[in-house]
Amino acid sequence: MNILADPIELARDAVLYSHENKSLLRFIACGSVDHGKSSLLGRLLFDARLVPDDQIETLRKDTGQLTGPDNELDFSLLFDGLAAEREQKITIDLAYRFFATAKRKFIVADAPGHEQYTRNMATGASTAELALILINAQSGLTQQTRRHALIAATLGVRHLVIAINKMDIVGYAQDVFDAIERDFRAFATRLGDVELIFIPVSAKKGDNVVHRSRAMAWYRGPTLLEKLETVDATPRAAKAAFRMAVQWVSRPTPDFRGYCGLIAGGIVTPGQEIVVQPSGQRTRIKEIITAGGELARATIGQSVTLTLTDDVDVSRGDILADAAAPASVSDRFNARIFWMGQSGDTGALAPGGRFHIKLGTAKAAARIAGPIKLIDLAEDAAIKPADSLLSNEFGLCTLELDRPLAADAYDDNRDTGSFVLIDAESHDTVAMGLIERASAEEQAAPVRTSLIGHVALRVARLFGARESHSRSIAKALSWRFTGSFDTFIIGWLITGNSKVAGSIALTEIVTKIALYYFHERAWALVPWGRR
Amino acid sequence: MNDITFTTAQARASYLDQLEAESIHIMRETAAETDKPVMLYSIGKDSSVLLHLAQKAFYPGKLPFPVLHVDTTWKFREMIEFRDARAKELGLDLIVYINQDGVKRGIGPFTHGSELHTDVMKTQALRQALDLYGFDAAIGGARRDEDKSRAKERIFSFRNAHHRWDPKRQRPEPWRLFNAEKRKGESIRVFPLSNWTELDVWLYILRENIPVVPLYFAKPRPVVSRGGTLIMVDDERLPLEPGEQPELRNVRFRTLGCYPLTGAIDSTATTLDDIIRETLDSRFSERAGRVIDKDGAASMERKKQEGYF
Repeated sequence: MNILADPIELARDAVLYSHENKSLLRFIACGSVDHGKSSLLGRLLFDARLVPDDQIETLRKDTGQLTGPDNELDFSLLFDGLAAEREQKITIDLAYRFFATAKRKFIVADAPGHEQYTRNMATGASTAELALILINAQSGLTQQTRRHALIAATLGVRHLVIAINKMDIVGYAQDVFDAIERDFRAFATRLGDVELIFIPVSAKKGDNVVHRSRAMAWYRGPTLLEKLETVDATPRAAKAAFRMAVQWVSRPTPDFRGYCGLIAGGIVTPGQEIVVQPSGQRTRIKEIITAGGELARATIGQSVTLTLTDDVDVSRGDILADAAAPASVSDRFNARIFWMGQSGDTGALAPGGRFHIKLGTAKAAARIAGPIKLIDLAEDAAIKPADSLLSNEFGLCTLELDRPLAADAYDDNRDTGSFVLIDAESHDTVAMGLIERASAEEQAAPVRTSLIGHVALRVARLFGARESHSRSIAKALSWRFTGSFDTFIIGWLITGNSKVAGSIALTEIVTKIALYYFHERAWALVPWGRR
Repeated sequence: MNDITFTTAQARASYLDQLEAESIHIMRETAAETDKPVMLYSIGKDSSVLLHLAQKAFYPGKLPFPVLHVDTTWKFREMIEFRDARAKELGLDLIVYINQDGVKRGIGPFTHGSELHTDVMKTQALRQALDLYGFDAAIGGARRDEDKSRAKERIFSFRNAHHRWDPKRQRPEPWRLFNAEKRKGESIRVFPLSNWTELDVWLYILRENIPVVPLYFAKPRPVVSRGGTLIMVDDERLPLEPGEQPELRNVRFRTLGCYPLTGAIDSTATTLDDIIRETLDSRFSERAGRVIDKDGAASMERKKQEGYF
């Protein structure tokens, strides 16, 4: 180690330091068509002095506005990128934008407003920590606003910034702003645990975007940029239990075996006891290897290579999890599904549909078992029975896999609780899936990782299937008394001895109640012949 | 094992660490989910970062895929020298592919125009190379901040059997769940640097001490000015107009490609710090110096549909 600092090194560190300490915030910008989203994002970049001169020049040419102050350009034209979008003057696909201020780097998923492109909005929300939802002050809350807020909250976005735009057109009136805030808050009871921030803005004039508005002195909260720069960007799973899906097994030499992956939850340290899921083998972490050297600990979001103390069987698709708080392992999951199939065979999701599932780094075959319920986004997420899910619809269903996989509830961990369904023929990604928290009954079932393999899981499921245990026991008892009375009568008729007949029947009650119970639970697992 | 030094992992996690971790994740997914991946190496700064990330992703192992350079035969000489030196130093499995048919036809930017040259020597050449070797995934260094149409492209970007990109049929890409499934003959372009910006690339090069082509640093070079673009006279193939005299100007390049199609900028930036300061202060976007990107509105989108990277 050098004691004297190298001046070049010092200069290098100074430049790096000023940038490196920035954090990263991913957010999604959404809202109804014509509520001014592209203009607001353009204004944000322009006022933060992040639009290069040659792009402003192009903007002038595109708008045919070759003179006049830059401040009045149509900033929405900075963004629409595809030829079809420029022709139709709408945003179709999700675009990613980047900008950095002195405090943060931002990755913005710029989502289209039209309902038929909601799938692109859902994709953008899946990785966002914050959603910027635009509302036109003139029109107030729309169906699409509610829809976007519900989707963002469902996908785990924790902060909703509601920017009420075009305040200049309504004369910067506070009562307009207040009325929209009231409406939104009344609806937002549906959204669960999210932070709501309301900001009155004018994208066109630049009020409360980067610069504080002089026309709205009644507003005391942060400007849009202030909020974006200060919101807590830590992923929820940072405090969750350790999880890592194995991506790649590294075997550069015969005596080295490392498991590569991106940490999806919590913290890992050498010596920590872990469990390999779904197999259930327990072992300990030996080293955390990176190209920059071994680490004493690694946290969520880091790509690492782990070595283990024991020679256990681990391959791509397995999850390494904290042994004290493992993921649940099952070949049956309840999930919220967002259907994205567009036409033909993938136009709708129906019971019995078969797909490839990608959950973490694992793949399996999946089947939609049992009925589907629709989460009606048009009616504040009311749950209704449905025959199928159409494109851009959210629903609930049960998936049956051809092998057990490890997973968490989506609300606990976005990475280990999410999956996509892939159409086996076209290979298109047709659905996003969010694992539901297991019900109390399912959690009580001994479906745990200490049991090995599929057979053990099948047996364990005898105690955790569709019919409740008390119902199975009640059925066993009622049948037994009917059946045993019959045995007693027949025994008496044949032997002529009521005592012998009585003891046969009594013994039978005890043994057959038990047999019936198991027989019933076994049948409960067989879907064949059910309607 | 590669003779290469990496900086020690920092205790704090900066946004550069996050970008790095995500890019590594993308490369590992590509290697695991496709049959025959290849990494495209265009010698520029993005390729340098890409290569560095790949080495980190598979450390302590070697790269599980070869590296492909599509040579248009019009690259700066310094680029080719740099490429060969790096390949030797790192022990890369380097494939250099040239469209021989284009060479036979004498295709060049001066005789045939930038559009045809790029199509034949770059786009067609890339398609030929991928087909020849049967690569089903090509990892490239494109970034979403480079162009409007790139901003809409997926990280795993699907191409049909004719290498066409269909912007209307892109697969949704939620979370970190990349879908690499495809039919025989179809392929995927993978962009691990999608979420990086030009500044991020330079900061990372500085932090990790990654070697780059010296053309990025300012020094007196012979240039001619054509339609406001400074073209370097890299060899005798550049036809001088009557009375045109190359002048020695202190210039550097923000992007590197074919020398007749890449504009230099006046600059005094001789160190990485200088470059970063210049990037921060710049009022012009990076590709402003590229001749080919100006071939008509929406030119990048069209080129990409035809199979351009």
